[in-house]
Amino acid sequence: MISLSHYLILAALLFAIGMVGIFLNRKNLIVLLMAIELMLLAVNLNFVAFSHYLNDLSGQLFVFFILVVAAAESGIGLAILVVLFRNLSSIDVEELDSLKG
Amino acid sequence: MEFKTVLFYIFSAVTVVAALRVITARNPVHAALFLVLAFFNVAALWMLLQAEFLALALIMVYVGAVMVLFLFVVMMLDINIERIRQGFWNNLPLGGLVGLLMVGEMAVVLSGRYFGLANLPPQNMPANYSNTKELARLLYTDYAYPFEIASVILLVAIIAAVMLTLRRRKDNKAMHSSDQIAVKAKDRMRLVKMAPEVELPVAATKEGDQA
Repeated sequence: MISLSHYLILAALLFAIGMVGIFLNRKNLIVLLMAIELMLLAVNLNFVAFSHYLNDLSGQLFVFFILVVAAAESGIGLAILVVLFRNLSSIDVEELDSLKG
Repeated sequence: MEFKTVLFYIFSAVTVVAALRVITARNPVHAALFLVLAFFNVAALWMLLQAEFLALALIMVYVGAVMVLFLFVVMMLDINIERIRQGFWNNLPLGGLVGLLMVGEMAVVLSGRYFGLANLPPQNMPANYSNTKELARLLYTDYAYPFEIASVILLVAIIAAVMLTLRRRKDNKAMHSSDQIAVKAKDRMRLVKMAPEVELPVAATKEGDQA
């Protein structure tokens, strides 16, 4: 029998993989965005699992809204990436230092 | 073991392997395709959780739109893979440590011994229960206002993406429609006064030549 904790641990694994991906791909902004998508997917999996086991549909609606925000985020992120590549000819995160932060 | 349990383990194993390949693949195109695989398997898991509408929306929105956008951008940019991979494994010890720590902590908390998470029974809906219908009923009543805000967010994303990547070319030959409308009839044609031209009689010059 699959319990709620099975799904939660799978989502934790996915989230951790996404975070390790952010650590590993410091030079590749595209894979960085993909790692963020993985983390959002893990959060959505948590929402759906809780929604199923607690018999409350609001969790699935939250997943709906997270999908909207994630789609907007990746669209704008990729647009920024394209502009960045036009200006710098590189997608290395460490070269993004024009703001001297 | 129940058949659904077997399915859960198959889907989650493929998801985890695909996610690992996403973050370690050399080629960003391969990473994007593995992310598509991960999305498909998570959609299958959501089917197991009886969230049919969201599973199909995930496939349509993510696999059909967002990942195609990713592939577009990956193929449009000319990336030097060797330079990108420099120092790839340098961050692995720190990243792996943080990741393992997180999974370990979450597993301790979530494994069901402390919070009674294992005791929650899965909800089995009757056969005529429509997930989509119930979601729509909730979305258009209790969550109508957040729904409108979500559509505004999408509009903002569209305009932002277009304006960010818009490039005005200098050699653009497109017409300005406002200039076209504002033109007057007297700007189109100009009448020039000039003296009438008279052709020299051809025969007379020839005779003059011979004489």
